[in-house]
Amino acid sequence: MADNPTPHLAEDTANTPAKPKRKGVKRRAFLVGGALLVGGGAFGLYLAENSTRSRAKALTETDGAHNFLTWMKIAEDDTVTVYSPHIDFGQGTHTALGQMLADELDADWAKVVVEQAPADSAFANTALVKGFMAELSGMPGVVNALPAAVIGMLTRSQNLQITGGSSAVRFTGQAGMRVVGAAVRLALIEEAAARMKVPASELVAANSTISHPATNRSLRYGELAQGAAKRSLTSSPKLKDPKDFKLIGAGLPRADIPSKVDGSAIYGIDFALPDMRVATIAAAPVRGGKLVSVDEAPAMAIKGVEQVVKLDDAVIVVAKGYWQAAKGLAALSPEFSDGGHAGMSTAAIYAAQDELRTSAKPSNTAGSGDVDAAFKAAGNKLITANYRVPFLHHAMMEPFAITGHFKDGKLHLWGGLQDPLGARDRAAKAAGLKMDDVVFHPMIMGGGFGRRFPGVTEILDQIALLAKQLPFPVKLIWSREEEVRHGTYRPQSSAALSAVLGADGKIAAWRSDYVQGDNAEAEAGFIYDVPATSRRHFEYTSNQIDGPWRSVNSTQIGFYNESFMDELAAAAGEDPYRFRRKHLPAGSRYVAVLDEVAARAAWDSALPDGHRRGIAIVESFGTIVAEVVEVMMLPDGRPKVLKAFAVVDCGTVVNPLNAEAQIAGGLIMGLSAAMGEAITLEKGAVVESNFTDYPLITLADAPAEVDVHFINSGAKMGGIGEPGVPPASPALANAIAAASGKRIRTLPIMAQITA
Amino acid sequence: MAISFTVNDTPVSVEAEGDTPLLWVLREDLALTGTKFGCGVAACGACSVHVDGKLVRSCSLPVSDVAGRAITTIEGLKSADGTLHAVQQAWIAAQVPQCGYCQSGQIMAATALIKAVGRPNEAQIDAAMTNLCRCGTYPRIRKAILAATGQAVYAAASATMGEGAA
Ligand code: FES
Ligand code: FES
Repeated sequence: MADNPTPHLAEDTANTPAKPKRKGVKRRAFLVGGALLVGGGAFGLYLAENSTRSRAKALTETDGAHNFLTWMKIAEDDTVTVYSPHIDFGQGTHTALGQMLADELDADWAKVVVEQAPADSAFANTALVKGFMAELSGMPGVVNALPAAVIGMLTRSQNLQITGGSSAVRFTGQAGMRVVGAAVRLALIEEAAARMKVPASELVAANSTISHPATNRSLRYGELAQGAAKRSLTSSPKLKDPKDFKLIGAGLPRADIPSKVDGSAIYGIDFALPDMRVATIAAAPVRGGKLVSVDEAPAMAIKGVEQVVKLDDAVIVVAKGYWQAAKGLAALSPEFSDGGHAGMSTAAIYAAQDELRTSAKPSNTAGSGDVDAAFKAAGNKLITANYRVPFLHHAMMEPFAITGHFKDGKLHLWGGLQDPLGARDRAAKAAGLKMDDVVFHPMIMGGGFGRRFPGVTEILDQIALLAKQLPFPVKLIWSREEEVRHGTYRPQSSAALSAVLGADGKIAAWRSDYVQGDNAEAEAGFIYDVPATSRRHFEYTSNQIDGPWRSVNSTQIGFYNESFMDELAAAAGEDPYRFRRKHLPAGSRYVAVLDEVAARAAWDSALPDGHRRGIAIVESFGTIVAEVVEVMMLPDGRPKVLKAFAVVDCGTVVNPLNAEAQIAGGLIMGLSAAMGEAITLEKGAVVESNFTDYPLITLADAPAEVDVHFINSGAKMGGIGEPGVPPASPALANAIAAASGKRIRTLPIMAQITA
Repeated sequence: MAISFTVNDTPVSVEAEGDTPLLWVLREDLALTGTKFGCGVAACGACSVHVDGKLVRSCSLPVSDVAGRAITTIEGLKSADGTLHAVQQAWIAAQVPQCGYCQSGQIMAATALIKAVGRPNEAQIDAAMTNLCRCGTYPRIRKAILAATGQAVYAAASATMGEGAA
């Protein structure tokens, strides 16, 4: 299989939807972006959706290839092209989605190509909106009762073409790719039956060929494609029994990897056009501040600098190349206002959060049972602990870089963002253009982790405003310093946890009072069986913009809950693994995951002197992950992680090779954040500036091997990109407490050890 | 000023201010974009190249310092017939890259290490491989270096599947 991240872009047709045909609507069903549409009664919807379909066709159909709605096409040489509405930034999404479609299609994997779908509304992702609506509303019944066409329209109106929330495989793959693959397979069989004049039931599909064993005849998919593409597709084909999977569950290599070992992959920052200039930017150090004044002369005196451009809250230097632009910017002494946030600091935020928790009413409360009564009951033992976690920088290794060119009334943009359609929308608004006048060319991304959602990417506004006033193409690159200081961070958050242990040594009641911007309940629920719980969210926002950081709210909530579970186990005089186990529903998937990780880590086995283990279990994005880390305390008081184990139940694993990389990478990112990462504020501005003072974990400090094990429970499919992160920090803090007696309640750990 | 040196065995002459970091000359003047910008302050290793065979972080090396010297970038690691370097092959076999952005630098660091010590042991790998990877590919980097130097490593994929695995 080959992976081609650069879409065919037919720019003009991209923005002119074909006129819907009025005549000839038969009572047939069509799959459009995974949604079933029936003619007749749903006439208007049918037309709207049909225009979407023609538009998608116009964008992707080439000579001798036949488009099956917006998801795939088959060429006469048997090549199957799958259009992924998601961006692959190394999570293996394209490979996994291709595997899901091709398995149901019975396609020859060697002839499957996965391409990035064009950033066009015809490719907005119906399956995704359905998945998210179901998950976030908590009322899947209601969402499923909506006509699919309505959801399709909704998706398009919201321009959803998002990669995030670990959504690709579980929603798009399950509800989209598999259904389309199976439906197209049936159409191919029907076409073959008609051509061979035999009953469909006598035909066998395998390896991109339909054969009729009785007469020893066969037809290739490429030969059948043209006829099959004219047939109606069913919206509810029978999907394969998991025991018949050939590609789903196989550790197939990713097609993009060769280009990432020889330097040939072109990322957003690598893109170049003739006559292109390079620009770099400094925004107001205090978020919310404005540019007051700047003397352009010192920058203009630098060789290669061509222009200084002032934005409302930033100054940009445009030059021949990045170095000249950076030198020009460094020569400037712009004056910025502080937006009234000079009093904002890390300490002030924690103080305000503590105050809020004790004096204000919670904004949201979840849980049930009478916590107050249990807290007052005689004989119950009260345990309390307060935790704090800092703002975290995403630290994607590729700094933001977007190229813009405004020409003939159209703004072209080249760069890597997690939602290409949303990117067009945001850039259009910033530049005062219609969305149809913005063309976005998705590029490979050097990491994302939640930083590249248009909702939090002000670089889109900056490049749109900049490109619109320049007669030549310009690439705007953020320095690492700009990245670090103008992030949309995982929020600084704090929590007070309290619980009472009953005479039976079990938790009788649990309260957690956490302060941050978001109510985390929908994402990071509570997995333990406790008779009375109260989880109260107190809403607090600083001058910073909270952004989704890999696994979103589950990292901090996971740290609070799983650190506190260990503290409760200690108070109860029990082993942390067994204490968790007895609070989880007997026979549940949680217990299976926890038991498996304890077994693989040989939890009860003796360790060398000074070595200790820590355990944690967190469910996020529909996936349950338990992790064990083994640490040793170094003479200077630092912990050294020696081994790490992860056991994962995400329902079904599509590609174990990729899934393992995602879980291990997530675990290591979680350890990195816990060990040393913190964005701190002073006088409203970020103190840190680069990897020198925002340290990421290195190879030497990461575990040499992460043992990852999947339990294929067959449960509803969960995500894989994010759930590896949350258990890592509490497992590490728990191991440190076991090894040194020091309980880490404030992250990062290094700041506590060196303090 | 004009500065001459060789890149991947090809002589080049560039017109550049002497203080321009080699990184930007490679990327912008010579269109060799495999060498990446990550931090600009020698803290991440994304920009690693070899100068006269030695590992250097090119974001912090003024181009005036490389006059007359031989530079190798990620694009120059494969042999003339296009065969990938053993380390690149090991990287593919171990499926190391995720986003891939740090990997040119990681591979340049690994090839320099192997050139210097032959078969690096775990401690030498720990000491030499200081490039950052946000995606957390470190265990596979370690595995690929050991494999590339013919040292026993763990099973091909360390992921295992439980009961009912497809
Ligand atoms: S870019 Fe040179 S070390 Fe980071
Ligand atoms: S592979 Fe993404 S930073 Fe290393």
